[in-house]
This record gives sequence, structure tokens and C-alpha cells, in this order.
Amino acid sequence: MKLLVCISQAPDTTSRIAFTNDDREFDSNGVQYIVNPYDEWYALVRAIELKEQQGGSVTTITVGGAQCDPTIRKSLAIGADDAVRIDSEPTDAMQVARLIAEYADGKGYDIIFCGKETIDHNGAVVPAMLAEMLDCGFVANATQLDVNGAEATVAREAAGGEEKVTVTLPLVLSAAKGMAEQRIPNMRGIMSARTKPLAVESASAEGGSRIERFALPPEKGACKIIDAENAAELIRLLREEAKVI
Amino acid sequence: MSVLAIINTQNGFATKSGLESASYAAGLAAQIGTDAVSIVAGPLSGTEAIGAAGIARILHHEAAVQDSGQWAKLASAAADSAGATHVVCGHDHFGRAVAPRVAVRLNAGLVAGVTQLPEGSTVRKNVFSGKAMADVVVTTEKAVYTVTPNAFGIATDESKATVEAFSADIGAARETVAAFEPASGDGQVPLPEAELVVSAGRGLKGPENWGIVEELATALRATTACSRPVSDIGWRPHHEHVGQTGITIRPNLYIAAGISGAIQHLAGVNQSKTIVVINTDPEAPFFKAADYGIVGDAFEVLPKLTAAVHALDS
Repeated sequence: MKLLVCISQAPDTTSRIAFTNDDREFDSNGVQYIVNPYDEWYALVRAIELKEQQGGSVTTITVGGAQCDPTIRKSLAIGADDAVRIDSEPTDAMQVARLIAEYADGKGYDIIFCGKETIDHNGAVVPAMLAEMLDCGFVANATQLDVNGAEATVAREAAGGEEKVTVTLPLVLSAAKGMAEQRIPNMRGIMSARTKPLAVESASAEGGSRIERFALPPEKGACKIIDAENAAELIRLLREEAKVI
Repeated sequence: MSVLAIINTQNGFATKSGLESASYAAGLAAQIGTDAVSIVAGPLSGTEAIGAAGIARILHHEAAVQDSGQWAKLASAAADSAGATHVVCGHDHFGRAVAPRVAVRLNAGLVAGVTQLPEGSTVRKNVFSGKAMADVVVTTEKAVYTVTPNAFGIATDESKATVEAFSADIGAARETVAAFEPASGDGQVPLPEAELVVSAGRGLKGPENWGIVEELATALRATTACSRPVSDIGWRPHHEHVGQTGITIRPNLYIAAGISGAIQHLAGVNQSKTIVVINTDPEAPFFKAADYGIVGDAFEVLPKLTAAVHALDS
């Protein structure tokens, strides 16, 4: 099976979120970047498991500058065979999807894996855009994947429960919790990742939007502490002050 | 010119997310001086609610559609037919699969998870898991917006919608839904749509103690949720896990008992309108993100809250 995994980097969850240049850019000063957790824990690991079971290859693809290389090397250390980086600084999801689709088109990938969303922009739209651009089936928020020949059976999160969906390959899916268990790269993986191929390609594409400005949410007021002996007071406040019940 | 809302239905009625999209589309249409139109597929009995939400005209595709590629073809054809400059859809499971495909077909810039009506071509959305907001400018002629669940109210005015049959060449399906397994939540509102949520963590000490959580949830007609450690060790099902790697929610009220408030948990719940934290440890980080707090034992506090809710209802 020929598998492609879309890998994005994102600021570590515990990063301080701040902006520079008149609130037009994210302040990456002192920020630790990680492989976007959904891409790593669920999409990449499931792709590697499939390759281990059925043979084939796992390639990762990332759109971004050279600052992405450490997270790409980590994906290789976890077990991807090779990596591609499209050297571009995208302004929106449409541009990212176009660059990936252009690369993947005609290369015969059976499944393209994405995480369900990135933890910085939280758009969750690149996967379905890719499916449309490459004219193939799509499953969002997949929690389980089995492949039998030219068909995949996928479980996905759905309103109020879980759905089992059958989809013909080729397929794009976005992976959510349940797909796979996180893998920690071992020393052998880390050593071999240094010499695995990382191809850098230049390409350009149009986007459809750009971020004008960032803002931080208003500061939370102080937490109002209610005495544990007088818990009923909380219910009164929720009805009369917060008006939520 | 028009604004098109893509509305998903369940058993013939628009989903909550579908009605939120309808209201958003109507608000946007009023802003730019045009009508809001919607596309609906499959059995349809809930036209009143769609009309009341502000949709003037429903384009109705008789056969139900499940496949996201077919939905995109249908919605794009509806957008073309209605001359839509803007397309609106919910940012739920349905919208995440369909709206990006529609944006590609219409060559339209997409802003995912908007929280307010746009001002001109600029619209606000949340980023960094709710820790910041971004104003996004659409640079294409047409725009597609997906609306964050529970961020935008549903209008219920007197207006009525007309219904017109609509068909389009939507090609063959690749995705077939073989089975649906409802979450074991006993008829609770699904977590992403829930307005009231009662959640608990390791402080509850074991799955056998969840009765007091469920009793408060039942009294409030709220949905139950849990923290990651609790779902990882199997005390509660995975679909209840809210947080960075689980479900992100935005209810009106989030009550957290016995959850310390790790940053990964906060990322999933910090957009809640009102947060209540109950914890024995006054230094628990969650109190910093809370509106109301009780320093105390969940085993004593939760039953008191349940009793207070019953007293209020009677």
C-alpha cells in the first residue's frame, strides 16, 4: 500500500500565545514546536501499522519552511520511510491543500492520512479539500480503519454516536482519538531518521484567505468562590447572575 | 445574489448546527441586502423551524445524500442556481466533510469555525484552541463560512420558507454508512452540541462513583463528560473525553468536579461561557479559568447541587 501522511507542526500545547508586528504575526519567540498531535499520534502511527501489516511505504508531506525539518525528522524516527517538504509559507488551508494535492496527484497513493485538525488554526478543512481536489472518498474524524483490498471500513465520530462507513480507495481521511496508540521513537529510529530521504520541492499555489489580525480573549474576571457548605448558593448564581440554567 | 445555508437533517428535521447555519445565513443576507436560501436533502418535515430561522427559500433534493463528495456537488449546484456569493455550513462533523469540498468547487476562500457575523470581507474565528482569536479576510469573490457550534443563536421569528424541488447531477457515491452506534448517553444531547455539561475527573476515585455526576446531569438536563485520564483508564467511554485530544466543546455551562485543569483539558473547554470548578485543592489550576468555584469534596458538593436544582424546579 502506498500511504501519504500530512504532517504539520504546531506550537507545543503549553506555549504562551502572544503576537507581534501589531498583532499580525504569532510570536514564536521561545516557542517549542511539535508534530501536530493528531497528525502524529493517530494518522502517522496508523499508517505505519498498516504498512507493517500489509507492506508498502509511508511518505510524509509537510508544507512549510526549513524550520519544519526537526518535526519532519521526528516523524521519520517514529517510522515513516521518507519525507517531502513543499518549501512554501502558506497563508491559508486552501493553499496548503492545493500544494499537497498537486504533489500527490497521479502518484497512486491508496490512502492519504491527516490529523483531524491542527492545534494552532483549528480549521479541520485541509483533509476534505484534498479529497475534493484529488476526486476521492473522504472520512472525517476517523477512529478506526481496516483495509480489505480496494475498500476500507472506517469508524468515525458522528453526532450522538459513531458510524461505520465503507469507502472505496483511494481515500483521504482525518484521524481522531482511537485510531492508534502514540509511539515513542526509539534510539534506532532516531539514528536512522537522520539518513532517511527528505526531499524539498518548491511550488506555489493561490490561497483564498489570510489572517488580518490576532486578538487575545478578554481576561477572565476573578473566580467567585462559594462556600462548600452553601452549595445551593451556586445554583442560585447560575440562574440569576450567569443566567445559564 | 443570495446567501446559501447547507442544512443537514436528522429524521426530517434540521440539526441544531443546521439551524445555527440558517440563522447565520439570514443575518448575513440581511447585512448585504439579499435573501437566505438553503439546500436540504432527503425527507423533510421541519420546514417551519428553517423558515423561522430566517431562510426564505428551501431548495429540496428529494433523495437523501450521505456521501460528502455528492453533497458537495449538490450544494455547489444549489449555490450556482441561487447565485450565492456566500455559503454557510455548521462546523460539525457534517460541515467539516462537506464545506471544504464546496469551497474547492466554488473556488471560494473558506473560514472555518467563525464565531461572529462578518464585517465586510473580514470575519472572526477562534484559533490556538480558544486561547486567541483571528480576524480573517477572504480574498476570493465568493466565501464559505463554517459556524462554530453553540456560538450563534437560532432565530425564531414569524417568517416562513417556501420549498422548491431541486436536483443536480451528483455522480456516484463512494462512502456508504453501514451502521450507526449511538453513544450510551441515554438520550443526552451529544457533547459538541450540549449547552450544559457536567464533567468529572480522577477526583471521583472510581467508575462506581459516577452516580452523583449523572444525577446532577439528569437534574440539569445536561450531558456528562470526563477528563482524559478517566477515559484512558476506562472508567468512562472515550466519546465523553473533552480536551485537547478529545472533543472541544463550547457549552453555556461547564461544571468540572475533581479535575485539576491541565492545560490540555482547558484547551477543550475554555470557550465555555460559564465554568464552575469543584475541587478539594484550592491551588488547582482550573480555578484560574473558572467563573465560580467551590473548594470542597465532590462527594459532598455534587449531591447538594443536585438537591438545590430539584428545589429550584419544584
